[in-house]
Amino acid sequence: MADVILKNVTKSFGADLALDNVSMTIPDGSFVVLLGPTGAGKTTTLRMVSGLDTPDSGEISIAGRSMTGLTPAQRNVAMVFQQYSLYPHLTVRENLAFPLKSPLLNTPADEIARKIKEVSEVLQISHKLDNKATALSGGEMQRVSIGRALVRNPAIYLMDEPLSSLDAKLRADLRIELKRIQSKSGATLLYVTHDQIEAMTMATHVGVLDKGKLVQFGSPREIYENPVSIYAASRLGQPRVNILPAGLFAGAPANAVKIGLRPEQIVQGSGEDSLVTRVEHLGDQTRLHLSFKDHDLVSVTDAHTPLSEGDIVKIRPDKPFYFDADGARIVSGGSL
Amino acid sequence: MAQIMIRNVRKDFGSFNAVKSSTFTVEDGEFFMLLGPSGCGKTTTLRMMAGLELPTSGEIFIGGEEVGMKPASQRDIAFVFQMFALYPHMNVGKNISYPLISQGMPRAQVKKKVGEVAEILGITDILNRPVGGLSGGDRQRVALGRAIVRDPKAFLMDEPLGALDAEFREHMSEELRALHDRMGATTVYVTHDQLEAMQMGDKIVVMNHGVVEQFGRPQQIYDWPATMFVASFLGSPSMNFLAFDGMLGNNQTSVALSGVDFTIPASLEGARGKLAFGVRPEHVRFTDTSAYKGQVLATEYLGTTQIVTVATPNGDLKSRISASHAITVGETVGLEFDARTITVFNVETGRALLSHANQEVLGHG
Repeated sequence: MADVILKNVTKSFGADLALDNVSMTIPDGSFVVLLGPTGAGKTTTLRMVSGLDTPDSGEISIAGRSMTGLTPAQRNVAMVFQQYSLYPHLTVRENLAFPLKSPLLNTPADEIARKIKEVSEVLQISHKLDNKATALSGGEMQRVSIGRALVRNPAIYLMDEPLSSLDAKLRADLRIELKRIQSKSGATLLYVTHDQIEAMTMATHVGVLDKGKLVQFGSPREIYENPVSIYAASRLGQPRVNILPAGLFAGAPANAVKIGLRPEQIVQGSGEDSLVTRVEHLGDQTRLHLSFKDHDLVSVTDAHTPLSEGDIVKIRPDKPFYFDADGARIVSGGSL
Repeated sequence: MAQIMIRNVRKDFGSFNAVKSSTFTVEDGEFFMLLGPSGCGKTTTLRMMAGLELPTSGEIFIGGEEVGMKPASQRDIAFVFQMFALYPHMNVGKNISYPLISQGMPRAQVKKKVGEVAEILGITDILNRPVGGLSGGDRQRVALGRAIVRDPKAFLMDEPLGALDAEFREHMSEELRALHDRMGATTVYVTHDQLEAMQMGDKIVVMNHGVVEQFGRPQQIYDWPATMFVASFLGSPSMNFLAFDGMLGNNQTSVALSGVDFTIPASLEGARGKLAFGVRPEHVRFTDTSAYKGQVLATEYLGTTQIVTVATPNGDLKSRISASHAITVGETVGLEFDARTITVFNVETGRALLSHANQEVLGHG
């Protein structure tokens, strides 16, 4: 395992600029999650590292070795796709063993058996090992395809929304398992998702992509607490950060155009009046939809709040984010 | 608009029983959620309301009239599917007006009606556009417009947002709910997404294996689940079950977990054998003074809060605490629970034991 470095990587598909001068270091042993909506360039980045696509310009290196001109097989990477691809005529066990039986690896039989046992237990598919791949549910097939990557020991694991087809419960279990496997084994992972929960809970580093540009790279906490722009602030947090005209509240810096308020940056009970327009009881918390000077915002409050539609609540900002006309963050007079 | 009553409705497909004796009522003007995992019978139930399937036995009332055996065309309801189909060769206005024209409504009236609906949906400016070039959101609005324009007795929706990505889905769910609040139309909505159900629904029916497990307001069901299935299906992370062997008598106000006593709401029902102590993640607190210890297995950062997984003598448990609270994997923590919120379950039957706290919700459920 070793650092994976992207240097000034650019890629166009026809007139579409998919990646725009992306530079990024994926440190050895890190879990890097690329986050962004459809079309941001997440999957393209992954494909560049894997060798399934090649950059128009720029360079990718793994462990100090340039990947230019190398095929996916020569790069020693393991990929998991959103759409599982298993050998339908083989059993689960044979599917899992397949990468290890490659003549390049020549793994001893007892080692293969040990690996398969370990991986199938982690992924909760031990009881299906002798089933044909076609006799599995969608969730099980996806676990087998993750397993087929995990039995190997590549320089980097590349995963493209591997959990998106699974149900909520299994997704929650596998989030913890993937994170545990990664931190225990010290494996390096590059992981693509548009699910912010996956990004926040698993990543050591999050790369926020916007229309092919890497706009922020840092720990989930850095990006949540210290976003560089409206775009980055809007990627993490549920309910989403409220973006309002800066002048709505007193105290905005002179060049601020927008104010960003996460629910915890809205103090209830002091400040100015807002009208409760809807109360959503989500169980562990309650979302308040508020109307403040004709602008809508969403905050959270206690699960058993006595507030109901039509009530008046006073609110004020507490340590809000301010953004300039371009949506870039303003920090104490200067830009971030 | 109308009330919908389901009475002892059962549906078999050959030897497979899809819905077992369901009974519940959707009140006039309610936004009503049918929630459950795939295969639980929620879509079959909705299709029976619509008349797309006929019940094997039982009765369905729409606006007081028994319609169980009537075909869809005679029920005056509008069905919105997950994959909404528009007529590709017609423009937006024609797509919306189609149901009215086929009913033989006079042109002037059709025009007025389509104008009103377009206004409600905020699509007045695209009425003359072909549907081909529309965004996903606008296509969905047109599909809704076509359903609304007929003034049906009720809207039935089968995961209408299922195919959309998370961000857009959130936006459309707010829009749908706001639309409902403006029109006050009885709406039955099928979903497997518990957050969507909690967020949008006035009431929720939770189904599993063809059985209605619980029926009520979202917060009631969340706080006082009738079964372990409901407790684990609602909430993310779901309710923790700490397993213990023991006995519970009437009016008992505490139980022992591995030798440590915990206060619970006074029980109204006795049980013994395999029991589970049910506590929601947000009602678990860490305190050094507690004699009940666990080891931290994992922490998951979520911005405002974090989820901490702890191994206890009675099984793994998840806690939701402030993200500012520093916790490291491997450390030992003392645990405390909010006594007012506890539900004890009989693991054999999967049912919640009646207590002073949940009797109001479960007593007449």
